[in-house]
Amino acid sequence: MSGLRVVKLSNKFLRPISLSVPSGKCLCLSGPSGVGKTLLLRAIVDLDPSHGKVFLGTVEHMSVDGPTWRRKVGLLPAESHWWRERVGAHFAEAQTVGLEQLGFDAKVLDRRIAGLSTGERQRLALLRLLSQRPKALLLDEPTASLDPKNVRRVEKLIVTYRSKHKIPVLWVSHDSRQIKRVGDQHLRMTPHDSS
Amino acid sequence: MNVVSLTPTDLALAAGLVLALAALSLPMGLAIGRQLVVAGARTVVQLLLVGLVLKALFDNVNLGLITLIAMIMLLVAGWEAMARQRQRLVGWWGFGVGSLSMFVSTFAITILVLVVIIDTEPWYAPRYAIPLLGMMLGNTMTGVALALDRLTRTTQQQRGLIENRLMLGHTWKQVIEDIRNDSMRSGMIPTINAMAVAGIVSLPGMMTGQILAGTPPLEAVKYQILIMFMIAGGTGFGTVAAVSVAARRLFDERERLRLERIRETS
Repeated sequence: MSGLRVVKLSNKFLRPISLSVPSGKCLCLSGPSGVGKTLLLRAIVDLDPSHGKVFLGTVEHMSVDGPTWRRKVGLLPAESHWWRERVGAHFAEAQTVGLEQLGFDAKVLDRRIAGLSTGERQRLALLRLLSQRPKALLLDEPTASLDPKNVRRVEKLIVTYRSKHKIPVLWVSHDSRQIKRVGDQHLRMTPHDSS
Repeated sequence: MNVVSLTPTDLALAAGLVLALAALSLPMGLAIGRQLVVAGARTVVQLLLVGLVLKALFDNVNLGLITLIAMIMLLVAGWEAMARQRQRLVGWWGFGVGSLSMFVSTFAITILVLVVIIDTEPWYAPRYAIPLLGMMLGNTMTGVALALDRLTRTTQQQRGLIENRLMLGHTWKQVIEDIRNDSMRSGMIPTINAMAVAGIVSLPGMMTGQILAGTPPLEAVKYQILIMFMIAGGTGFGTVAAVSVAARRLFDERERLRLERIRETS
């Protein structure tokens, strides 16, 4: 039930940026590649040393340790990585959210990572993240390698999760129609006014 | 039993082997002839110098002098361990992590063996202390260098995976565990292999030397066993210490991966 607030966040590669996403809302982020969208998301989850502050509700990111913060503010990277042989081993929590909504059944948990398509990995990476129940979501082009049917499935799942748990969502997208579909606000980052 | 003393002529004949090999490599285009000759020459000069130093040291038993020699040996081993890593920690860490780990493990074990097991008089008797320490340092250096190289290289290669796991809220310990264990293992495997085949596939160099010099085989074997265990301990503890410290250094206090703390050397 708490919003995400970014106050003058900056680092070596990112010019100061402030924004806020109320709880239950979705802010879409677009802009040419290289403008720093991914860097901004990384800075928000504190993966790169940065100046400035990030709040989730009243909790400031420096007041909790790194892993705790990243568990609250979940970042879905553009490319997912897997470290065990099979899908199921990556899901810490026993209950998996939304397998059916994304077109899987429970058997997918027994499949080998090496046998998954790029699109399957992308969808499973989202489920892996959601199974940890993040209190905010940062999505880096979550539907980039999906077919239209799965794009809709993923959008629907995220919108459902967002409204059910009243969490803020920051969504990087290049697709203006998608931004219209899922976004409550839209921020266009440009090389000039990213400050 | 008398040792058959080697004359300069004997050694010159042996040197002929290296020269012949170098000559052979020329027409074959192996481009290794020069290196062979230079390395051969270095062997002669370095070993002669060490022989002189050891002679002086044995004639004049002095704890200060022995400490000095031991420190020089440690520094050279530390330097070499660092030079063998393609990707190494930036700044003093690159030299310090390996050297300090080697210092703690090899010196502690060597002193323990000298005082408790061999029980020489005085405990720092250079005839025992210096060769033992040299053996320990030489092997520990290899293990530490292999393990650190594996750690930094794998971390670099798996950056995406490591950061993805950090994004999922995993701690640095969880994330680095597999790589760390792998690195420690790769540092210890040469020693484990050496123990496994000792005496069957290869007669260890030290034992061979002792037997040639006239020591009864069983005495030489006992010393070889002692040395093997010392080396296993020294390499193992040194590797564990070095990898643990270096792995921690790859992450900061917010548990971010800090790859800029590693630099590739050409």
